[in-house]
Amino acid sequence: MENKDVMRAEDLCFTYPNAPKPTLKSINLPIEKNKITALIGPSGCGKSTLLRAFNRIHDLYPGLKYEGKILLQNENGNMDNILELKKETDLVKLRQRVGMIFQKPTPFPMSIYDNVAYGLRLAGVSNKDELDGKIEKALQGAAIWNEVKDRLRSSAMGLSGGQQQRLCIARAVALKPDVLLFDEPTSALDPISTGAIEELIAELRSEVSIAIVTHNMQQASRLSDYTAFMYLGDLIEFNKTKKIFTNPSEKMTEDYITGRFG
Amino acid sequence: MVGKIFKDFSLLSAILILVILVAIFGILYSYASDAIHTFGWDFLTTTTWQPGEDDDGGIFGGYIPIVGTLLATLIAMLIAVPIAMGIAIFLTEVAHPLLIKPVSIAIELLAAIPSIIYGMWGLFYFAPIIQQSFGGSGVGLLTAGIVLAIMIVPFMSAITKDAMNTTPGVLKESAYAMGATKFEVIKDVIMPYSKTAIIGSVILALGRALGETMAVAFLIGSIVKLPSKVTDPTTSIPVLLANNFAEAQDLELSSMFYLALILFAVSFIIISFAKFYFLGRKR
Repeated sequence: MENKDVMRAEDLCFTYPNAPKPTLKSINLPIEKNKITALIGPSGCGKSTLLRAFNRIHDLYPGLKYEGKILLQNENGNMDNILELKKETDLVKLRQRVGMIFQKPTPFPMSIYDNVAYGLRLAGVSNKDELDGKIEKALQGAAIWNEVKDRLRSSAMGLSGGQQQRLCIARAVALKPDVLLFDEPTSALDPISTGAIEELIAELRSEVSIAIVTHNMQQASRLSDYTAFMYLGDLIEFNKTKKIFTNPSEKMTEDYITGRFG
Repeated sequence: MVGKIFKDFSLLSAILILVILVAIFGILYSYASDAIHTFGWDFLTTTTWQPGEDDDGGIFGGYIPIVGTLLATLIAMLIAVPIAMGIAIFLTEVAHPLLIKPVSIAIELLAAIPSIIYGMWGLFYFAPIIQQSFGGSGVGLLTAGIVLAIMIVPFMSAITKDAMNTTPGVLKESAYAMGATKFEVIKDVIMPYSKTAIIGSVILALGRALGETMAVAFLIGSIVKLPSKVTDPTTSIPVLLANNFAEAQDLELSSMFYLALILFAVSFIIISFAKFYFLGRKR
């Protein structure tokens, strides 16, 4: 059981600066290796907050408070508590291992090639051939290679929204992360682009463990292996997606997924 | 009826601005026409500013004040640009939230100090320091340039700070999420994102530095002589105009209008360039 989880939150509490009460209350959640874990729940339930704790992106803003543990499996198979990391260099390494895709596509104002090369260069890859190879592989992995291979040097800002989001995924995949965190990755996209992204996420499962926050119940049920339902900072229910969507054990979960509230 | 009056009034106001602009240009040109006919383009390369006997004729050239203006501005920009960038980066990315407000207010207050105060402070306090450290007579290009830099830094850092603040938070976050450090985010995301606005602020500050009169008049030495090193006194266009207007007559007066016309044209070109840069970004 231990080794199946690549990440795990244990009794995690999180408080925003100057907030009287914690936003996350004693969360216990495993992220299983090479599976997709969906986080669902109404707005303000803390699902994005939880996701953003997994790569400590919260720490860009001062004054917040963590309690409990977030464990991440290291190369030796042991679990390290990432909340103990303090130095900027350690956080940089963490974020290279735990990538993140945001709600809106966020291409950098540079060429398509440089967007993907950016993280690799930060990670110390400077050999031109090695870069070229990794970039091609990442773009293929994100199913966008055929669309952009003839214009790698043109600005990423000229791509469509769906293409930009796939570019962002390629950018994250290029770093060969252990975990990818998706924060409502399709909420700003049209249905066709959404389909392409979902297909891509499902394929990525073989290489990387995935946690995805989504407002879209169908997306969670289509895509994920496990689902966590959160409400007002509590993790109400966590189980196999099939179980959650067919026979949830909590009344509240059932009410939410059947659309009775939220 | 009221709507029509209002419309006519605002149209009139708008036209008035254009009329004033053209009128100033026209009057400068007509006053300067004597000198333009006498010296032509040679005015730009002539280093003499010598009235003739009995205030009649004389040889006037704009080379020294033009060079003085450009050099003082260049020194000011070389000093001010890195400092202003540093302040803006500090205020947008580095500073503790509690520190941002007091520093921002201090910058606004610095920008509000009248230029004559900078001039007096520069002459009585700062010039002796320059004299001790770099030699020379204290007043000169370097002193004027440094004080000019201090004067344009607040303006430049305020605009740059605002531009940097418009970088979407999620763009910064996504760079951090790829393992970028704070320095790398500033260099690779914030600077490119706000590049056009930064260049715009630099150009507007340049326009201000070119036209600054009072502080420079105190500090540049006001001698029509080509400087051979940075501590040498020289003069600039606005300073020469301000100092000589009271006594100048005929051809000298006309030459001064010619100089004013050159300054007007240079500033106008620079400001229009900056404006188009800003507009080009919004479209």
